[in-house]
Amino acid sequence: MIYTLCFILFVIGLYGVVCKKNIVKIILGFLIMEYSINLFLILLGWRKQGFVPVVENLAGVENLVAQSVDPLPQAMVLISIILGLGILSLMVSIAIRLYQRYGTFDITEMNKLKN
Amino acid sequence: MIEALISMLLVFMIIAATIALEMTDLLSAVISIGAVGIVVSICFLLVGAPDIASTQLVVEVLTIVILIRATIRHDLVTIDGDREFFGLTVTIALLLVFFIFGLKAFWNLPEFGVPAISEFPDAASNHYLLKGFEETGSRNILAAIIFDYRGVDTFAQLCALFAGIWGAFAIMRVQSKKKKKKEDLYHDKK
Repeated sequence: MIYTLCFILFVIGLYGVVCKKNIVKIILGFLIMEYSINLFLILLGWRKQGFVPVVENLAGVENLVAQSVDPLPQAMVLISIILGLGILSLMVSIAIRLYQRYGTFDITEMNKLKN
Repeated sequence: MIEALISMLLVFMIIAATIALEMTDLLSAVISIGAVGIVVSICFLLVGAPDIASTQLVVEVLTIVILIRATIRHDLVTIDGDREFFGLTVTIALLLVFFIFGLKAFWNLPEFGVPAISEFPDAASNHYLLKGFEETGSRNILAAIIFDYRGVDTFAQLCALFAGIWGAFAIMRVQSKKKKKKEDLYHDKK
């Protein structure tokens, strides 16, 4: 059920990337896809009544293995979120350059090989 | 309890994402995407990932700032309407087919709330949880994985981040006047 809702969010983002004419809307669709995938990976590692993978002392380690959520997807997603910021800045700078060249955000107008 | 809460938040995110994509005013669309990102952060907090939640919150604020920089001066130009009707219909039909076939992949996943590491005792995550404190001395297992067990991975990913920001800088760079003059001279000679 929850995974299905995540997938619906992903498909909405894909619709934005494929069907929209405005280049900012395409960037927003890309962001929505990124959010849904990050959330899905974190939700895969969740355990019922689980707690954060932080240990106080050596005695708590046994308890940690039985009760903690999965730390590996969290480590992956943490870097993925930061990488998303770099990709976003690249996309936005390309969009601003295209606006300066063509005077519009509409991608169907950007079919001329000017200059 | 948490399942119902996360379902409600996901429905809210779906509504906000639809509004963001269908709004003609670009500034309102950017604000809607900010709502989606902050609700994602709340979801991370609920499922036991506070490190990810704080990172997501900071990155979300920066995302909104960058996107507003892209749209604020060009807000007057609004583009409404999608692409031509036939192509749009075919695309939506293909997206529906993709959705239906994609749903089949979810049948093989473990149930929500039962992670795969509880079924496989010798999974990598179990080793990190069991030995991480002893081997690295880090109380937070997440930090142990990022900086110790998979440190080379982190280094490579940060290189990719650096390359992305470098590319953005190279694209946004304004050409210096001196160089432009030289190019003009070259064209005149030609």
